[in-house]
Amino acid sequence: MQVIPRWADIVLIPAINLFLAFFISGLVILAIGEDPFEALKLMVDGALGSTYGWGFTLYYATNFIFTGLAVAVAFHAALFNIGGEGQAALGGLGVALMCLFIPWPHWTIALIAASFGAAAFGALWATIPAYLQAKRGSHVVITTIMFNFIAAALLNYVLVNLLRPAGTMDPASAKFPDAASLPTLSDMLNAIGIPFAARTPANITLIIALIACVAVYYLIWRTKLGYQLRAFGKSEPAARYAGISSVKIIMIAMAISGGLAGLMAINNVMGEAERLILNSVEGAGFIGIAVALMGRSHPFGVLLAAILFGFLYQGGAELALWTSIPRDLVVVIQALVILFTGALDGMVRAPVERIFLMMRKGA
Amino acid sequence: MDYLTLLQILDSTLRLATPLLLACLAGLFSERGGIFDIGLEGKMLAAAFFSAATAAVTGSVWLGLLAGITASMVLSGLHGLASITFRGNQLISGVAINFLAAGITVLVGQSWFKLGGRTPPLMGGGRFEEITLPFADALRDLPLIGPFYAEVISGHTILVYVALLCVPLSWYVLFRTRFGLRLRAVGENPAAVDTAGVSVIGLRFAAVAICGLLCGMAGAYLATGLGAGFVKDMSAGRGFIALAALIFAKWRPWYALYATLLFGFLQAVALRPDVLETMLQFKIQVQLLDALPYILTVVILAGFVGKAIPPRAGGEPYVKER
Repeated sequence: MQVIPRWADIVLIPAINLFLAFFISGLVILAIGEDPFEALKLMVDGALGSTYGWGFTLYYATNFIFTGLAVAVAFHAALFNIGGEGQAALGGLGVALMCLFIPWPHWTIALIAASFGAAAFGALWATIPAYLQAKRGSHVVITTIMFNFIAAALLNYVLVNLLRPAGTMDPASAKFPDAASLPTLSDMLNAIGIPFAARTPANITLIIALIACVAVYYLIWRTKLGYQLRAFGKSEPAARYAGISSVKIIMIAMAISGGLAGLMAINNVMGEAERLILNSVEGAGFIGIAVALMGRSHPFGVLLAAILFGFLYQGGAELALWTSIPRDLVVVIQALVILFTGALDGMVRAPVERIFLMMRKGA
Repeated sequence: MDYLTLLQILDSTLRLATPLLLACLAGLFSERGGIFDIGLEGKMLAAAFFSAATAAVTGSVWLGLLAGITASMVLSGLHGLASITFRGNQLISGVAINFLAAGITVLVGQSWFKLGGRTPPLMGGGRFEEITLPFADALRDLPLIGPFYAEVISGHTILVYVALLCVPLSWYVLFRTRFGLRLRAVGENPAAVDTAGVSVIGLRFAAVAICGLLCGMAGAYLATGLGAGFVKDMSAGRGFIALAALIFAKWRPWYALYATLLFGFLQAVALRPDVLETMLQFKIQVQLLDALPYILTVVILAGFVGKAIPPRAGGEPYVKER
């Protein structure tokens, strides 16, 4: 029996969870001797107060949409993919190889090729743990964590020994050719007459991220594969009884998940840095976990959560610039969001259910 | 490679294995009690920071140890609250704790010391002293055994010996006491424990508390024994390596010692690429050495070296039948 109405489940409880997370974040700011309201005002001004701020907020949000969708797809199949960080790093390698070694005539073709490379490398990096879980029974959580470390070492090796241009000390690849340069959001908006601050990293990848949201929605709720995925996630024995191959579902779910995480690289590597650098992912893979939990694994929820985290990321950078609060505040907020929307969900849910039961009896 | 170099590597093996061993035993108690804990990393990090911060302010490493253990146990309590009381997802709770520790340590560190998330370097009483075991100097001249005793066995801080003592102690507690039997039972079949009239919740909180205690010592050792102060992210994935060692050890205390010594040895060798090169006669990539513990874990997990079966009720919250 559904104890609470649908709106309470998808709006009220997440709202209370979020409120608790931000309330405690405020207490943390207070505890280190700063004013939380002043901090919030600075963050809103810095991240949303100008198109310049929005340019960064949306850039970060694009990253988080991809990694959030990646975690969400795996969640639907009851798999916990903590490896988004490594998969996105490998995606970056895929983008770099596509952009550096093939002279593309135009950025549109380069974008398609780079997207393919990013998704393929990310998917590959996720299917190895998937295969090990499906066939050898090793837990995907542990293996994906290990693969994050292995990816970091691999990228370090590739950048230092293979991709680094001769004569430079910096562990980074050469700059991509100009033909592989993506149009930025300000280029696009200025072209249709909307003024938008230049020199911001948001780029055309944002549109691809939005398409990815729609595609994931369609996949999960409108295709046979999506149904199988969800059935498997709800009950593995029941799915197997219905003739759904668990090996196939684990492999496909993780491949899609890894591919989405890998796609993030067209935003940060191709769109922003225009070369592959060390640690280009900067924790976005992990933020995907918070985004997926907050968005309840629904693409629309993921989109909203990604924008919120984009705001937090850019706002946090502004805070670090103007106050003595380090950027790590965002990590704390991220932890609290994961804690309250993920692990402590039952703490909020039980009393809310009790209140609704009481109201029903009273009525 | 001469004998002295080997001894030096074995000496740093023991140093580097100690935090892994403590964290591994911490995870052992937690997971034997049915609570998965991927938050070992975060607990170690929090303990490292608070022990270093307290030791830096008070000048007493013992107070530091106490603060470290307290910090780690608070996070353990949070994990218990989320996964035992509110029956939340244990993996997600662990992830949250890792991030919480990573963020809070820098935030508080910056606010207290203004050193970009570091603590001031620890000196004198702020660190654990190295203990020279009795007769270490007298026996040094004995062939083979003498230098081994003096270089490898002797000359570590107290926490190294405590960690080593924890191995037989954990074995005894888990396999020779009533508490240990019940703890293992609660990880395999909590309903049976409940039927026998023993509190599942109480036992699981006890498991999580022991985990916090051991993780606290591991973190304190990182900052006040192995290092001299806290630096950002100083646990550097050790919590995950400990987790890997735990699976490698198949949730058994003595095997945990061997597994962590192996991983410690890998870390020690990675610090001496020169030795490795002269031994193998070709250049080994540092990155490969860095990744080796993780690759090894994946290989072991994949069951190529034998099957590791976790406690049966691990990861599942216990719901009493009504």
